[in-house]
Amino acid sequence: MKSTQLCLFVLAVMSLPVAADLSKPIEALRAVQREGQGNEAAGEAWREIVQADAANLPEVLKGMNGANPLAENWLRAAVGVIADQALQAKKLPVEALVAFLQDTRNSSGPRVVAFDLIHRADEKLAEDLTPSLLNDPSSDLRRHPVAKLIAAGDAALEKKDNETAIAAYQQGLTGARDEDQIKDLAKKLRGLGREVNLPTHFGFLMSWKLIAPFSNADRGGFDTAYPPEKELHFDAIYDGRNGKVEWVDFTSTDEYGKIDFNKPFGMEKSVVGYAATDFFSEEDRPAEIRIGCKNGWKVWLNGELLFARDEYHRGAKLDQYKLPCQLKKGKNTILVKCCQNEQKEQWTVEWEFQLRVCDATGTAILAKN
Amino acid sequence: MKTSLVLAVSLYFSSFAFADWLQFRGPNASAVSTEANAPADELKIAWTADLPGRGLSAPIVVGERVFVTCSSGPGQETLHVFCFNAADGSKRWERAMRATGRTMSHNKTCVAANTPCSDGDRVFALFSSNDLFAFDLDGNLLWLRGLTFDYPNASNSLGMSQSPVVIDGTLVVQSENDSESFAAGLDVATGRNLWKLERPKAANWSSATLWKGAVALQSSKGILGVEPRTGKTMWNYEDGASTIPSSVVTAEALYAVSHGITALAPEKGSVTQLWRNEKLNSGTASPLVLGDHIYVVNGAGVLIKADLKNGDELWKLRMKGPFSGSPVAAGKRIYVVNERGIFQAIDPDAPEGKVIQEIEMKETVLSTPAISGGAVYVRSDAKLWKLQ
Repeated sequence: MKSTQLCLFVLAVMSLPVAADLSKPIEALRAVQREGQGNEAAGEAWREIVQADAANLPEVLKGMNGANPLAENWLRAAVGVIADQALQAKKLPVEALVAFLQDTRNSSGPRVVAFDLIHRADEKLAEDLTPSLLNDPSSDLRRHPVAKLIAAGDAALEKKDNETAIAAYQQGLTGARDEDQIKDLAKKLRGLGREVNLPTHFGFLMSWKLIAPFSNADRGGFDTAYPPEKELHFDAIYDGRNGKVEWVDFTSTDEYGKIDFNKPFGMEKSVVGYAATDFFSEEDRPAEIRIGCKNGWKVWLNGELLFARDEYHRGAKLDQYKLPCQLKKGKNTILVKCCQNEQKEQWTVEWEFQLRVCDATGTAILAKN
Repeated sequence: MKTSLVLAVSLYFSSFAFADWLQFRGPNASAVSTEANAPADELKIAWTADLPGRGLSAPIVVGERVFVTCSSGPGQETLHVFCFNAADGSKRWERAMRATGRTMSHNKTCVAANTPCSDGDRVFALFSSNDLFAFDLDGNLLWLRGLTFDYPNASNSLGMSQSPVVIDGTLVVQSENDSESFAAGLDVATGRNLWKLERPKAANWSSATLWKGAVALQSSKGILGVEPRTGKTMWNYEDGASTIPSSVVTAEALYAVSHGITALAPEKGSVTQLWRNEKLNSGTASPLVLGDHIYVVNGAGVLIKADLKNGDELWKLRMKGPFSGSPVAAGKRIYVVNERGIFQAIDPDAPEGKVIQEIEMKETVLSTPAISGGAVYVRSDAKLWKLQ
């Protein structure tokens, strides 16, 4: 009898979900690099990870912390397989996932995955968690509470309770980081007589010094280093394409911060323009310079080229390109090169860009100056 | 003994009865089914499966599995690969990944614009964000690439749609755009580069075709035939070609979407022009060859039938357009779905061509159908249908 009980106990213990040590296969997935490096080892490691019990999900999610985007996808796919089986068996470790979600030291990607899994397992719990995500470090997670506040505002408005609606919309706007939600909220608030300062909300840089036109004949100007790339002397006069050129002050009045070269320099074609501005940061800190531009462009921060893009007139949007960078305390100089090509169609008139400085969530970093 | 013989015979014949549809426009990207078991004259919706996101990519069919990609999320950054059972539309598996490249596109298109392809054992799903995933048929992730992560200026702000092809253990992908424009041959087992070619710096949405052992890469400059395993040039047609509709092949010739249609016979080191008809102007849809005729859908939604020997026009049939997807064919029927979701089955042997059946899918459809197992598969931004 005793031996039967012992056997049953051993069997019961063996059947409990035991978190396996997945550190090695997770490391193999984290090791993948550009051009398929590490794919062979990752393929084997992935098969090992997907055999793991659902109890291992938090460990696999943790493996995504700080991983490069490729490794993150390997791990995301593994989480998906384990979670699908766990959801079917109703064994998803929801409590552990909530703890993972609520620990904001974890990266945005795996926390979004955790929230989605919680939502699939227990919709009400996900709804209950949503309001706490309004000021989350993840812009993806902020969408849910912002959407709820928009809905709450709309419901109040239906009842003609304007003050409650305004409060909900204003609260939503503080958390909103996605353009569609911000536009929606700004429109609603303005409709109710409230002011919304979009340049400040987004952190657009509105005041620049501009100089143009230099030649972009045969699109050769993109790779030609004109004087502003070598020196920034705002009282200098240079030889431009049509004669002497000098820096002019320009402040955008567009609430999406468009810096339009056509305004000071006319509708030029096959030309290059430069824009420069100083951005005073309160501290040394990581940041993102985000640019939207349908012309060829280059961006330098404190003399360092961040990125260059030679595509013309295929479209522009807010935050089209996100350039991670490091701001230094005090003055930071941002230089933008904006190239217009030779196309004559009506949809190729634009010679402009919009640029903002923000953190990785998209929250504006406002300059001290 | 008798049973095994019957089984062997039935398996032998079944290989003719059913054929996989492994890539954009099926076998050799010819848009024509090779199976004897053509769909019935009167098609009905056999089943419908819901999709969680948008897609211009066509379904592909491997045995009893139907694969479809789609993209969802506020910025189309969630990339889905689905595997459905062909028999009843039930889901076998789904994988959801995150775009590592740019997801911006024109509103009409989306990130799931490239049709996946398969070598029969693996499925390769490429997206406009330049994310590329290889799965086995059971959904195990074999490898992945982020081609914009690798090559940061490889993107098109209007979106990309070039569908990959697989041949000789090589997956050929194209990311042809105004900036960092390239084509590459990847090892199907590892996803590592076997070769990488610089391509013309110009946006290109056309897809490669396979012709006599060569991968035919089409661009505004023309069509370049390369060896699949090395990327070395086999032949080069340099008289320009379309950047939207793709060319079509038969065993005898490559019918290039170039100055209308130009029939070519490329050989090692040279390309012979067989004929050219500048009036056979394709709109967005790619042409197809069925029997002794070539069919072109022009920008006005008119189907033009021409003689394959000389390109002479035979008739024009006004269909209900407009079309983003391309026509496909099986047996004696051509199938095409317009943007408003009207599926049209055409009898091309009728004296002036005839639309013999229409089915209202009641959804916007911007993709090309697939044919396998006597069924036609159509997808929209929200649904996958099997018509049988």
